[in-house]
Amino acid sequence: MPRHEVTLTVNGRTSTVSVEPRKLLVDVLREDLGLTGTHVGCEHGVCGTCTVLRDGESIRSCTTFAVQVDGAEIRTVEGLAKGAELHPLQDEFWDKQGLQCGYCTPGMLMRACEIIEGNPDVTHDQVREGIASNLCRCTGYQFITEAVCAAAARMKADSAETTGAQA
Amino acid sequence: MSGLVTIDTAPVAARSDRGADDKEVAVKPPPFQYAAPTSVAEAVELLGAHADDDARALAGGQSLVPLMNFRLAQPAYLIDLRRIEELTRIRTEGDTLVIGAMVRQSHAEHAPEVALGAPLLAEALGYVAHPPIRNSGTVGGSIAHADPAAELPAVVLALDAELVLAGLGGTRTVAAADFFTGPFSTAIGSGEILTEVRIPRRAGGHAFVEFARTHGNFALVGVAAVVELDGGTVARASIALSGVAPVPVRATAAEEALTGTVPDDASIRAAVDAAVAGLSPAGDVHGGTETRTDIARSYLRRGIELALSRAGDRR
Repeated sequence: MPRHEVTLTVNGRTSTVSVEPRKLLVDVLREDLGLTGTHVGCEHGVCGTCTVLRDGESIRSCTTFAVQVDGAEIRTVEGLAKGAELHPLQDEFWDKQGLQCGYCTPGMLMRACEIIEGNPDVTHDQVREGIASNLCRCTGYQFITEAVCAAAARMKADSAETTGAQA
Repeated sequence: MSGLVTIDTAPVAARSDRGADDKEVAVKPPPFQYAAPTSVAEAVELLGAHADDDARALAGGQSLVPLMNFRLAQPAYLIDLRRIEELTRIRTEGDTLVIGAMVRQSHAEHAPEVALGAPLLAEALGYVAHPPIRNSGTVGGSIAHADPAAELPAVVLALDAELVLAGLGGTRTVAAADFFTGPFSTAIGSGEILTEVRIPRRAGGHAFVEFARTHGNFALVGVAAVVELDGGTVARASIALSGVAPVPVRATAAEEALTGTVPDDASIRAAVDAAVAGLSPAGDVHGGTETRTDIARSYLRRGIELALSRAGDRR
């Protein structure tokens, strides 16, 4: 089967890989780019652990062929922390115990990232509704919701501080 | 997809397909050739040229890729429509809302043109799976896939939309009423692709309601309704249901029962009775025929009442 060149900018770094068209985005991330933070779960779009951001929007990387996102900007869980400094979402998931086994966490974090970046004033109910796209079998979602709300509040405060400092 | 499939061969098949490249581990979907043309003309030409390979059009892939991961679909050639610019636009032509087949569901859901020209569609889109699926899934893809439980087929049926199909011989337009021919089957001929959904603007109140075990799951029953009032009397009613038959169905008898009445509990009940009279939804593990009929009855009432309340001057 002829291979296709696919260029992806993942977490700010551009790579070109040569893949069979049937290769799923999640497998390119994990196998070709070595980014194993993104997990593979149900492989048919239901569980959400493979969720990544494509040009800022959450998608299922297990139901996306890599060739379909040629040229796109992809963000994965590896792109959240800045060096040793965790992203506020990661920090709050840690603090509020928003995970137990951790299997759903990479997808949950990326979905949460989309939710709070799109709506800094997100409410508790909107977070609950928003993360309904991702399955977690450990936490009962309560701690995840609390962590996302806390991260949203922190990020809003931080950005207000930055804006204030600039003004 | 869950619940519909039995997986028994995927790991074995994946191994046997492994090439010389050691990195090629655990590939789920069957091999296929791929092209991403930039025009409709090029796409239909490719479709025709590879008809023997069971060539298929690829839209957002949110139904097709899962089917391929399970190897329930094994097309040898996929023609990705994502690079065809003209299919990604929403425009208004007079009183008609025209949605390109490749418009992503999340885009249509939040587009001002859709809120204005087809609020029923915007409301229904909020029930299509979850945002990460809608960020890839397309309006045309869902309609062409024609899942009997899907929202958009019922919506285009209720709105008397037209579907534009392009083939080697040019384009043709099919009414939604003639488009759905069976479960996962449509009037799209071999060598044709769906390019546009044309929705006439409708006056009156709309409602889309559905019952699913959990939000985002496939619905057991969905109801799409538009009701237009004239001085308190129902001037026109359009009602379609999903999930109750192999194809989405228009509740013509209910529409007739409502039209010309000043809606009240009795006339709504009569319309609901008329709608379910001809239904015999197939039962499964999530609900038998009787349960599904009861749910249909309940959601028809909710849908009609909500549409009426939005139509304004009820009673």
